[in-house]
Amino acid sequence: MRVVVAMSGGVDSSVAAALLVDAGHDVVGVSMQLYDAAQGEERFGSCCTIDDLHDARRVAHGLGIPHYVVNLERRFEDVVVANFVREYASGRTPIPCAHCNSELKFSTLVEQAIGFNADRVATGHYARVTRDAGGVHHLFRGVDDRKDQAYFLFALTQAQLARAMFPVGNMPKDEVRRIALSRGLRVADKPDSQEICFVPDGGYASVVDRRLPADRSGLVVDAQGRVLARHEGVHHFTIGQRKGLGISAAEPLYVVRLDAKRRLVQVGPKAALDCAALTASGVNWVAGTPPAGDVPAQVQIRSRHAAAAARVKPIGSDRMEVEFDDPQSAITPGQAAVVFQDDEVLGGGWID
Amino acid sequence: MRIYLDYNATAPVTAEVADAVSAALRDCPGNASSIHAFGQRAKAVLDESRAAVARLIGAEPSEIVFTSGGTEADNLAVRGVAEAQKDGARPAIITTAIEHEAVLNSVKVLGRRGWPVTVLPVPPTGVVTVDALAEALEAAGEEPPALVSVMLVNNELGTLQPVRAMAALARARGVPSHTDAVQAIGRIPVDVRDLGVDLLSIAGHKFGAPKGVGALWVRRGLALQPQSIGGRQERGRRAGTENTPAIEGLRVAAERADRQLASESARQAALRDRLERGILEKVPGAAVNGDSGARVPNTTNISFDGVEGESLVIGLDLEGIAVSTGSACSSGTLEPSHVLRAIGLAPSRIEGAVRFSLGEGTTDSEIDRVLDAVPAIVARLRTRGRARG
Repeated sequence: MRVVVAMSGGVDSSVAAALLVDAGHDVVGVSMQLYDAAQGEERFGSCCTIDDLHDARRVAHGLGIPHYVVNLERRFEDVVVANFVREYASGRTPIPCAHCNSELKFSTLVEQAIGFNADRVATGHYARVTRDAGGVHHLFRGVDDRKDQAYFLFALTQAQLARAMFPVGNMPKDEVRRIALSRGLRVADKPDSQEICFVPDGGYASVVDRRLPADRSGLVVDAQGRVLARHEGVHHFTIGQRKGLGISAAEPLYVVRLDAKRRLVQVGPKAALDCAALTASGVNWVAGTPPAGDVPAQVQIRSRHAAAAARVKPIGSDRMEVEFDDPQSAITPGQAAVVFQDDEVLGGGWID
Repeated sequence: MRIYLDYNATAPVTAEVADAVSAALRDCPGNASSIHAFGQRAKAVLDESRAAVARLIGAEPSEIVFTSGGTEADNLAVRGVAEAQKDGARPAIITTAIEHEAVLNSVKVLGRRGWPVTVLPVPPTGVVTVDALAEALEAAGEEPPALVSVMLVNNELGTLQPVRAMAALARARGVPSHTDAVQAIGRIPVDVRDLGVDLLSIAGHKFGAPKGVGALWVRRGLALQPQSIGGRQERGRRAGTENTPAIEGLRVAAERADRQLASESARQAALRDRLERGILEKVPGAAVNGDSGARVPNTTNISFDGVEGESLVIGLDLEGIAVSTGSACSSGTLEPSHVLRAIGLAPSRIEGAVRFSLGEGTTDSEIDRVLDAVPAIVARLRTRGRARG
């Protein structure tokens, strides 16, 4: 079986490729170039750099598989970066990796697979996929809790899951590193990527300013509308943020609301962050159709959040209401709300 | 067996060349500048090779400067002539929009340093017109330009450029001319006196010599500012110990090219024509780029409507067939081919372009296999394009 594997140059996708080779598949490595190699190494932060492409190529060579670099700069800019900039500018906190996975990586891989005459596509994500007797594909968390990436994959469709393979989703990260070491993969010691790849050193606001320049300065206010400080734009803030407000107050203050239209950053005490309900749009139900009615589930509202018990009510095919059993802190518009039942991903959407 | 149809990127060395290079590596360890027997032996290798290269292009051996390849030869020609002007004068440089980067970027560097630059436009035929040069010379006014640089054969399209007529025009104005003949050697007869140019670049690896060796022919008496500074090798025109084994390989490849030129070019032209005709017949929406009349015998550049050239290259590679989207030197960048852009092709046609370049090893049955593979892969890629919508 011919399998196209997305190789980022990191440990996980390198081991994924190695495992597929071991399983006897006809493996083709693909790396996605998201920026112009001629621009050198400075532009991007922690993944998809020119060094990573070199690492991917060397791993592929070591495994004896062909390796190709596909140029996706234009689509990356259109799909991922432009959306990121728009979201921040409108007072939301986007999650570009989820957009990138569903709208860029998987769609590109599936397209490539058709072109390459390949049956399946694989990535190094920590997630699992199964197919039930009725032919429906199910998406689950990876077995390693600390590395699980199912949250970022909620937007995958049945058509994409039908082709998807996650070879490391069944194993803990330690084992993945051990396999990398034992096979002499040079990337075994590479640190995990953490940052958003196109944001240099966490300075995401500069990405927004550079691409969408405007005077966004405004006021920092409290719940009563009293002016506490000035700010350089709502895109410098995210819900729950405490540092960098430029205010000294008796009790710690947190960002509780962003109003891009009126250029207001509203702050309040920690308790003001608590909320027990949310609505989400652009919802994808992994099964292809929404659940028949309200379902009990656990809902995760950002990548580092323990999914919390809730009732989930689908609205139409692509919206939902979530009612948590207990209030959650800092529900943030633009982040994903992902619906789980135990380890299974039922679906998810973007918090309004 | 894998099929290699990317000879314009590089050609494999023949067994004969490989043997000669490895014999020189083993048996000829001296430095050609040394007085002793080892040095004399190495010097003899250079002399023989210089004579063979000179014979291949109708030049004198003393006019041949060995370089590390085509790029260095182009750099030395363009910058060497520009910088050799008396009293720091900076007369204009004229070149074309479809030159190899080795020329174009050298010219750009000079442009940034104050030399006026004229880049001649090239029509969709992929052949620059003599009129364009006439106009540029006219526009240059009183002071004659320092150099006209026009390639003999375009690497992406295979189109022949009217170098002889352009050199004559330049000469009439007292302007020296350079031609990058990297893609011409071994494919068409090249004679420097007949062309009437003053400098000519050669890359060994395009016609069966190893990578890392080439030559610049410099007409005797032409002033040239060396670009690598050091010892007095190559009559003071290119410092650095000569790469004796590779230069020995260049000799064998040059002799072979000289011997086989007529028969090989006819054979390759027949294969190329059959490949091209077959593709045009079997694949709807395929079109040849550039003037198919004025071409070297081994190259065809074809655009496939609704297909990304890059995907077709990968699809063919997975079936063991090596072709390219254009210049190998430009892959890895997102810039579409500057050649196809320069000749005014529509963006979709540029995106769908693939270059097939044949060589000595290409056989009839290989062409059959390619003609089987291309239509199927193009059809598959087109369904994919529709799937994306």
